[in-house]
Amino acid sequence: MKDFAALYTALDETTATNQKVAAMVAYFRSAPPADAAWAVHFLSGWRPRRLIRAGDLRRWAALAAAIPEWLFEESYHAVGDLAETIALLLPEGAGAEERPLAWWVEERLLPLRDLEPAEQEVSLIASWRELSGRERYVWNKLITGAFRVGASQRLVVRALAEVSGLSDEVIAHRLMGAWEPGPGFYERLTAHDTRDADWSRPYPFFLAHALEQPPSALGDRTCWQVEWKWDGIRAQLIRRAGQTFLWSRGEDLLNGRFPEVEELAAFLPSGTVIDGELLPWRDGRPLPFAQMQRRIGRKKLDRRILAEVPVALIAYDLLEEGGEDLRTRPLGERRRRLEALVASLPTGASIHLSPVVEGDDWPALADARLAARDRGAEGLMLKHAESAYGVGRRRGDWWKWKVDPLSVDAVLIYAQPGSGRRAGLYTDYTFGVWDGDRLVAFAKAYSGLTDEEIRQVDAFVRRNTLDKFGPVRVVKPELVFELAFEGIQHSSRHKSGVAVRFPRMARWRTDKAAADADTLETVRGLIDAVNAR
Amino acid sequence: MPDSGMTLLRLTDRGLYCEAGDFYVDPWAPVDRAVVTHAHGDHATWGCRRYLASAAGRGVLALRLGPDAVIETLDWGEPVSLGGVRVSLHPAGHILGSAQVRLEMGGEVWVVSGDYKTDPDPTCAPFEPIRCDTFITESTFGLPIYRWPAETEVFAEINAWWRANAAEGRTSLLFGYALGKAQRLLAGLDPSIGPILTHGAVERMTTAYREAGIPLPATTHAAALPRKADREGALVLAPPSAEGSAWTRRFAPFSAAFASGWMRVRGARRRRALDRGFTLSDHVDWPALLAAIDATGAGRVWVTHGFTAAVTRWLGERGLEARALATRFEGERDDDVEVE
Ligand SMILES: [Zn+2]
Ligand SMILES: [Zn+2]
Repeated sequence: MKDFAALYTALDETTATNQKVAAMVAYFRSAPPADAAWAVHFLSGWRPRRLIRAGDLRRWAALAAAIPEWLFEESYHAVGDLAETIALLLPEGAGAEERPLAWWVEERLLPLRDLEPAEQEVSLIASWRELSGRERYVWNKLITGAFRVGASQRLVVRALAEVSGLSDEVIAHRLMGAWEPGPGFYERLTAHDTRDADWSRPYPFFLAHALEQPPSALGDRTCWQVEWKWDGIRAQLIRRAGQTFLWSRGEDLLNGRFPEVEELAAFLPSGTVIDGELLPWRDGRPLPFAQMQRRIGRKKLDRRILAEVPVALIAYDLLEEGGEDLRTRPLGERRRRLEALVASLPTGASIHLSPVVEGDDWPALADARLAARDRGAEGLMLKHAESAYGVGRRRGDWWKWKVDPLSVDAVLIYAQPGSGRRAGLYTDYTFGVWDGDRLVAFAKAYSGLTDEEIRQVDAFVRRNTLDKFGPVRVVKPELVFELAFEGIQHSSRHKSGVAVRFPRMARWRTDKAAADADTLETVRGLIDAVNAR
Repeated sequence: MPDSGMTLLRLTDRGLYCEAGDFYVDPWAPVDRAVVTHAHGDHATWGCRRYLASAAGRGVLALRLGPDAVIETLDWGEPVSLGGVRVSLHPAGHILGSAQVRLEMGGEVWVVSGDYKTDPDPTCAPFEPIRCDTFITESTFGLPIYRWPAETEVFAEINAWWRANAAEGRTSLLFGYALGKAQRLLAGLDPSIGPILTHGAVERMTTAYREAGIPLPATTHAAALPRKADREGALVLAPPSAEGSAWTRRFAPFSAAFASGWMRVRGARRRRALDRGFTLSDHVDWPALLAAIDATGAGRVWVTHGFTAAVTRWLGERGLEARALATRFEGERDDDVEVE
C-alpha cells in the first residue's frame, strides 16, 4: 500500500507528463503482479460503487478523531474534500505491518459492500488505525469512490509499454474489453509474445437496418439471401495461430464463458474468423433467452449449468479464411466457403450454420416470417447476395425484418415508484429512443421484469438519479430494455410522434449500452412496416 | 461587555488599548506608544511615536520601521511600569525577538500572545508558557486538520528534494516568508548539497539575524544573474511574492516549492501550481494551540486572527469564557513585497 500511495502522491504532485510516466514506470517495475493489476485497474478509472453512506463516514471519522460533528464540518469546509479531511483529522495510526495493495482491496475494500453499517464501522476504524497519513488519504479516496488521478489512460499505456518493452498498441489492445485484476492478468498484459494482441483482434461488426418499406421494394427476391433473425449474443469467433478468441459486439472478450464453442473452435484451421450469434441451443432450436441470462449470470460454470443451458454459435458469415480477409468478396461466395467449413467440423457440434430460409417469392417469405416465433427467431434477415461485409450500420445491403410483437430497444430515462405490492420500489418506467444525439421519451412500461430484476433496477435508479420532479426521477441513461408492443401508430399527442399499444419489457438488454438502443427513425419505420404487412 | 474582572485591554479602532498604561499592543494605526510583539507587518505598524519591543528583536524591527523609529527595548522577563501597569516581554517562539506581552495590575494578569509556536526553532528563543487570567491568542491554524509533522522530518524532505533536483540539473526554488521562515529554513538546510542563493528581501533579514548572533549557513545574494557554474545544484530562497516573477524565471530549469503551514492541505498546494509544498509553520498547530491555552490557566480567552469561530466555540464548550476579537492581524502572510 505504501508504494501505491507514494505513486498516487507522485502523480498528484507533478503536472509534467514525463514525470507522471516515470512515476508509474518506477511503480510497475517493483510492484508484485497482483498489486500492479489492481493499480492498472484503478489508474484506468475503475471505481467501486459507493460502499459506505457519506453520513456514516463523517460520523465515524469525527468519532475516531474525537471531535464533535460541528468541528468536523468546519474542517471539511476548510479542506473541501472528504477523503482528505478525514485523513487530516485522524490521529496518527498505530501502524501495522505493510500489506500489499491487493490485500487491502480484496480483504478490506471489496468486503465492505456486504457488511452491515456497524461492521463497516469496525472494519474502517481498524483500517484507519493500520494505515499512515498518506496511505489513509488514498484509502479514503478508494472507499469513497473518489479515486481520480491526473494520469490519462494514454499515459498509463505509455508507462506499461515502457516497463514491458512493448508497443503502446499492444498494451492498449490488451487493456481493451473486460478483465479481472489478478497476477495472471498483469503477466499477460506485459507478456512479450505479442502475437495474441495481433491475432486476437476482431473485425468491426456489420449491422443491419430495420426494414422500412415493403420487401417487394427490394426488387428481385433471388438477389437476396434470407436467414432467420436470431436474438442472442452477436459474436466473432477467431482461430489464429493455434489460439481461440471469442469477442462480443461490445468488444468484450468472452473467452472462458462458452467452453463448448471454444472446444470446437480448436478444429478450425488457423486464420479463420466466423461471424455469428451465440444462442442457448438444444435440438436444433434456441432456448428462451432468459436461459442464456441465467448462464451469463453465473460466475463459475459448473457441469450442471453447462448441461442445462448448452450454447452454440450459429454461423452467419465467414470473414477470414486461411488468413485472408474475405470481407469484400460477395456474400454468395463467403456463404459457400462457410458451408464447406462448417461441414468439415465434427457432427453434433456447437457450431451450426445459420440456415437459409427458402421461399420462392416475397409473399412466401412473409408467411415464413410469421412462423419465425415458432422457431425461436425474431424475424428474418435479408442480405443482398452480392453484399460485402461492411463496417457499422449501413443502409441498403442488409435488412432485419422483425415479426410482431413489435419490439424496440429503448433506454430507461425516468422512473416512478409503483403502488400496492410494488410501493416504495421504482417500478414504473419511461423509455426513450435516440433522436439525433438526444433521447426522446416514447413509451411507458410497468410489466415484464422479474422481482429480482425490479430490485436491481430500483437500486440503479436510486444510485443514478440525475434530477427529481415530484415522484419522478430522471435517471442516468444507461439501462437498455427491449420493449415489445402489439401495435404502433402515428400520434400527434406524443412528443415522439409515435404511440404504441400494450408496451411491456420483453427483456433487459444487459448486453447493450445506451448507444446501441434504437432510433426514433427506426421506430417510425416500424409503422410503415406494420402497414405494409 | 459581560466580562468579569478588570479590563486591562480593550479593542479600539486602532487596536488593543491599555487605558491604565496609555499604550497600545500591536496597533494597526500610528499611536503615541506601541508595545510591539514582533516585526511582521501586521503587528508592527510604521509611524508610531515610540515603540517598546524585545531587545532580541530590535535589529529586525528597526529594519522594518526605518532608521528614525524610536525603539525602547526590554530583556526577556525584565519588567517596566507604564502608568501603574507592570509590563514584561516573554519569548513567543515565532521569529527572532517575537514576544508575548504580559500585563499585570492589581493582581490581575493579562497576556497577549502575538504570533507564537511551541515547536523548536534554532533561530529564536523558545516559547515560554505564562500563567494568566486573560489570554489573547492567535488562531491562524485553529482547526484540528492542522497538525505539524516533526521539524526534522520536514527538513529531511526538503533536503532530499534539493538533493534530487541538484542531481537532475534543476535549481531548487524555495519560497518562504523573508522574515522568520527564510532563516528557519536556512538553519535546517544541508549546505553540503550545494550553494544557497537568496533574494534581496531574504538576504537583508538574514544579515540582521546574523548580526543578532544567530548562526546561519553562508548565503549569496543573487542580485544579478548568477553564472551557470554558481547556480549548479543551488537552492534559491525567495519570498512568495517573487513567485512567477522574471527574477525567478532566470533560474530555469527549476523545481519550485513553498514552505508554510498552509501546505498541509492539498488544495492550498494545488492552487499555487508549485511542484512541492512543505508543511513548516511558525504558528502553533491545533494541539499546540489547545495545550498552550490550557497551560496559561486562563479562564478568559480572546481569540484573534485565524479560525476564531471554531476555536471560540471549542473553548466555550469546555467552560471557558471565550470571545472572538476582530483584529487586523493576518496570520501568515506575504508582507515582503519587494521587487529587485
Ligand atoms: Zn507573525
Ligand atoms: Zn500575525
